[in-house]
Formats: sequence, C-alpha cells, structure tokens
Amino acid sequence: MARQRKLMAVASEGGHWIQLMRLRPAFEGMNPVYVSTNAGLAKAFSLSNFRLLPDANMDKKAKLVWVLLKAFLLVLKERPTHIISTGAAPGFAVLLCGRLLGAKTIWVDSIANADELSAAGAKAKYVAHHWLTQWEHLTEKYDGLEYRGRVI
Amino acid sequence: MIFVTVGTQLPFDRLITAVDEWCAESNVDVFAQVGPTDKTFSHLNSEAFISPDKADELMRNADLIVAHAGMGTIITATQYGKPLIVMAREFKFGEHRNDHQVATAARFKDFPNITVVADEQALVQALNAFDASAQASFSAASEFASDAFINELKSLLQ
Repeated sequence: MARQRKLMAVASEGGHWIQLMRLRPAFEGMNPVYVSTNAGLAKAFSLSNFRLLPDANMDKKAKLVWVLLKAFLLVLKERPTHIISTGAAPGFAVLLCGRLLGAKTIWVDSIANADELSAAGAKAKYVAHHWLTQWEHLTEKYDGLEYRGRVI
Repeated sequence: MIFVTVGTQLPFDRLITAVDEWCAESNVDVFAQVGPTDKTFSHLNSEAFISPDKADELMRNADLIVAHAGMGTIITATQYGKPLIVMAREFKFGEHRNDHQVATAARFKDFPNITVVADEQALVQALNAFDASAQASFSAASEFASDAFINELKSLLQ
C-alpha cells in the first residue's frame, strides 16, 4: 500500500509566511505540518501542527549551516512525503534536506521578487522538483522556471 | 488609529521619522512597529517588535496602515480591505540589500486600497489627504489564493 501523503509547509515569518497561508486550501488532506521562524505564528493562525526553525539568510554561512542541521533533524523526524516553501533561507534548507531524504519538493518564489529571484530562490532550482515564480515574465530569464499563478 | 509597520528584519528610519514629524502637528493616534533601530521617536507610540497576533489585531483595528513595501503587510491589508500607504525601501539609502521593494511597490500600485508614495514629502501629503470618515470602504480580498492556482498546486502535490 502506498504511504500516506504528508506535507511539510515551510516559510520564514513575515511576507513569506503570509503567502504560504494563502495556499492552505491546496494542502487539504495532506496532513500538513507547518514550519516557521516565529513560535507566535502557531497561535495567530490557530495551527496545532507547528514546528520552529531558527532564521538565517543566504549571506551568513555559519548560521545557515546551523539551520541546515536543524532542518535535517526536523525532516528526519517528520519524514514528509512532500515539501512546499515560499522562502526564504530556512525553506531552502528544508527543501534541500527533504530532497536528499526522498520527498517531492516545490519552491514557490516570493511575489516580492518581481524583477529577479532571491538568492535562495535562484539556488532552489537545484533542490526543487517544481521551481515556481509568481511573475510570468521571469520564466524567460531563468531556464526551467515555471509560472502557475500567484498568491494574490 | 494609524498603524505603521516596517517589518522585523531591518530599520526604516526615513519612514518612521517622517510619520513622527507629521504626528507632532496632527492629533491622530499612531502606533508604529519600528524594527531594530537605535533612534527614538517622540510623537508616536512605538515598539521595535510586536507578536504576530498583536500585529494582526492592529491591522484589523487600523483606519489606515502605513508601511514599507513588504508583502506581508500588502497582502494582509488587502485581505482586510484596509487603506495602505506604501513607501519602498531604497538601496541607495542603505534600507535594503537591493531595490526589490521599489519593484514590488510598482507592481501593486494599482490595487484600489494602495497608495504608493515615492518619498517623505509625498508620504506627508498622503497622510494629510487621508480622511478616515470620508474613506470609501474597500472590499476585503479572499483569504486564499485563486482556485486556479490552488488547483495547480494540488496537482503538483499528487
């Protein structure tokens, strides 16, 4: 029998998180576990299945390594079958670890990146099965980048 | 009440200072979330950071929101049908790592609830022009993305 689908949905606090929340209807029936960088979000959005990761950005390598380690332990414990992230660096870290552990991965680059992808968004090409932008014109600039719609 | 917010990552003193100076001459209740800054502001109530549920409460109760061009604020204000004045962070002033907020502001300037201002002078003009009692109410946007996009993601998550 096929393993039941289990989704890990990841975003840093702020705009990344608000975008992820607008995608919730897509997660129905997938037993989602939400991951972010501010514990207060679980209460603000009434989420019982919530995990915390430290924040980092792609410039600070030492902190990024720490986040990668925490992300790896988290994915190892939860064993999601699918992972989706709207950014930023912690989402990239979870996608990378999930990919290594066999999950299907989706990156939805932030709608804030209308002219070019973010640092994490550009690197997500190598770890995401589906690499999405929310700006159709950017698909001409990046090989392999897909447009499927936007959060608002 | 006017709620001012610049997000959690970086200070945006150019925006807060302009609102603070405007407050000195107007009799309006303003609360500002000012981020990690060393500056103090004497004419408005402020905190560096606030919890997500406090931020949500302030957004819901505000007559007007003033903010940087951060997507969290733009989306939430639009979901609640709130008027929003946006001033983008600019790279040349050291306010962000690049000029993506200028691009974001340009992309959202046609939303009916959003007024994009280019600088502090335009911000003060927009604040002076705002009249809460005469404010047309904007219809609240859906809490979720379009069905079309949701269905695309559902198919990718099979």
